[in-house]
Amino acid sequence: MRLITRMADMVGARRLIPITRAHIDGCLYHGPASIDFARTLAESGAKVHVPTTLNVGAIDLLHPTLFRGRPEVAAASREMMRHYAAMGCRQTWTCAPYQLVERPHLGEQIAWAESNAIVFANSVLGARTERYGDFIDICAALTGCVPEYGLHTDEGRVGQTLMHVRGIPDATRRRETFFATLGHLVGRLAGTAIPVIDGVDHATEDQLKAFGAAAASSGSVAMFHMVGVTPEAPTRREAFGGRAPDRTVVLGPTELAAAAAELTTTNTRTLGAVSIGTPHFSYAEFERLRSLLAERLVSPDLEFFVSTGRDTLARIDAEGWGGALRACGVQIVTDTCTYLTPILSGRPGAVMTNSAKWAWYAPGNLGYDVIFASLEECVESAVRGEVWRDDVPWEGGA
Amino acid sequence: MTQVLVAGVAEGEVLVLTEPLSFWGGVHEASGDVIDIHHPQNGANVTGRVLVMPAGRGSSSSSSVLAEIIRAGVGPAAILLGERDPIIALGALVAEALYGQAVPVVVLAPDEYARVTAWRRVRVQASGEVEVSSD
Repeated sequence: MRLITRMADMVGARRLIPITRAHIDGCLYHGPASIDFARTLAESGAKVHVPTTLNVGAIDLLHPTLFRGRPEVAAASREMMRHYAAMGCRQTWTCAPYQLVERPHLGEQIAWAESNAIVFANSVLGARTERYGDFIDICAALTGCVPEYGLHTDEGRVGQTLMHVRGIPDATRRRETFFATLGHLVGRLAGTAIPVIDGVDHATEDQLKAFGAAAASSGSVAMFHMVGVTPEAPTRREAFGGRAPDRTVVLGPTELAAAAAELTTTNTRTLGAVSIGTPHFSYAEFERLRSLLAERLVSPDLEFFVSTGRDTLARIDAEGWGGALRACGVQIVTDTCTYLTPILSGRPGAVMTNSAKWAWYAPGNLGYDVIFASLEECVESAVRGEVWRDDVPWEGGA
Repeated sequence: MTQVLVAGVAEGEVLVLTEPLSFWGGVHEASGDVIDIHHPQNGANVTGRVLVMPAGRGSSSSSSVLAEIIRAGVGPAAILLGERDPIIALGALVAEALYGQAVPVVVLAPDEYARVTAWRRVRVQASGEVEVSSD
């Protein structure tokens, strides 16, 4: 409670408001400070006050042999995970809590941490959460309240910057990397403002997931409006709360091509791995992966990883898909993610991913060279055992 | 207007970050090196420095990483921000609560921020006031 009131003072909130649920990012091990904090709370007997889900940890509890890091880190990660479970958190271990059956609805006040979950909750579900980080997330869950400010209020959710998407050929818009690339670009340009994207008429939840995760990695975007797509932006006027935009930016094919290029660090044709599922792969994405792979085998020259939540894994296993994918050489990772913990075996060559977030963080975190590509390119490359690119241009009239 | 998010006294050489930085994925937990390959100050080290940065970015794990680098003795001496960032402030607050090490976090007004970026070595007062210091 002391941290919650300190935070309220910091942000100038006049009162605390109740929340209905929380999502905790602090369960990932970053060093002894992570454990000291979690242990202090857990040993005091603290219990969460609202239904609380957990983000990823550093190891895959269902498939622990996938972890290639130091044993003491694995042990510390397990201890962390145990403390959060002891406080009554549900062991969901996913960065995509919006894929769970129980998820927040429009207008619900929540406290979510994990940048991609925050932006999805605010923008796509219309639930209300500030940009919570580690430590404050569990404090909100334990006390059941947060300071009333920012994205919890009507005023704090009004769009600020207009991002006009213009002049993009249809073939490019249909390109699978379009949303992640656009999100990466918007994150770069938005700063801490709430961007309003105009000129994109429809999007699936998975496309909005890719967009938001990218924008929250290259920038600090905690909420966006997409006119005609997201629930608080039926029109441009409503997205801006009747006000004029502070700033207008036009995003065209040239800007998108440059943003996509920024996410690839090498022009090698040699691939050591393909890694998808950042944020965690959804049921619908597994359906698409199955149809693209079409029961072909992954080349023995590389590794193919898909990260997902254990709840989604249970669903696809119930369909028999998990076994079929594994038989083709696909390795399914749960409870963690391949960009934050050593799972890839480090075969020579680059790693291909369809995630702008993976492409953004993995070079710094794990030292990989990255090729950012569509899911189809990822699958074809995995089957062929070397880099395969389609020829859909970002620019031109195709 | 200057706003003190975490109060403390510190002194050190200024390290100006010309773009926002996410501590998670951006600073190595054991060395304090800036590892974000997209960041202009990639390769710099934050240890003992008065970090002057426009804002935080990205990951909500930055609170943990900041607390961890402070615990490990490779954290910055102080953080001077251009914009309020509770995720950064929380990391410093928790480090103070757990280890008694106060790393001040202060939001500076634009003119003050611009002035500090030109200084080599500064002293941060508990009031949030920043003054040039000679060593």
